[in-house]
Amino acid sequence: MNISIEREAKGEKLYLVAVEGEIDVFTAPELKKGLLPLTEVEDGELILDLNETKYMDSTALGVIVAALKSAVKHNCRFSVIGMTPRIKRLFEITGLMDLLTRAQISGGSAND
Amino acid sequence: MTETSDVIRLSIPAKPEFVGIARLACSGAASRMGYSFDAVEDIKVAVSEACTNAVSHGYKQNGIGQIQVIMECGKEALTLTVLHNGESFDASEALQKLRPIDPSADLDDVNEGGLGLFLINALMDQVTISTECGVAVRMVKYVTRDGVERIANKVSTTE
Repeated sequence: MNISIEREAKGEKLYLVAVEGEIDVFTAPELKKGLLPLTEVEDGELILDLNETKYMDSTALGVIVAALKSAVKHNCRFSVIGMTPRIKRLFEITGLMDLLTRAQISGGSAND
Repeated sequence: MTETSDVIRLSIPAKPEFVGIARLACSGAASRMGYSFDAVEDIKVAVSEACTNAVSHGYKQNGIGQIQVIMECGKEALTLTVLHNGESFDASEALQKLRPIDPSADLDDVNEGGLGLFLINALMDQVTISTECGVAVRMVKYVTRDGVERIANKVSTTE
């Protein structure tokens, strides 16, 4: 019940973070630590890949909300890809999907 | 429930690294009872959320104390009770505040937490919280047959 967080620099300011495993109260702090610094890259872009994420709950959703907030503050584009139908359902039930979509439409601007 | 249920009891330390054990055990019980993939996943999230709350709020992450997880495998339903003797909270106030993220809200006002109880309530068929001594969260998931959700039961049941 561990996670492995793979970070790949796709460009000068573009990062892809892929999470493999289960994100819960035990592993979420590790994800937060790996993700947040990358949202602080001014005018950067961060993509979170959940293709290999087998489980997540509200602790993971909390980290994603924190990452989104930080990204918007630093004018960094943040998106989530590779959601399984299961994870997509959690995003939709909680309203996080709409929040992410809105943040992307507004282009990650802090002044929307 | 008139018929007796098979009962599984689990006691885990109130530490983050053990929440996965409760999740695994409940997943095993639910799979054995024949729940669908989605229902098993609902149950896993619900029990994890209840345990996470116990670890984070009940024991304020000090790691002292135990969390009891009781799985009652009945013919009609799986009933999960997560209880601890740590710090309690105002359940009725918390239940009133249950809501999803408001996407139109200012991003600064969006809370990073508080979705745990909301998810439990959304994913399980019946949820009862008692806070007389510590906290006991009782969550029921009905066995669905032929893929038909027993929505009517959720709406009409009063205890």
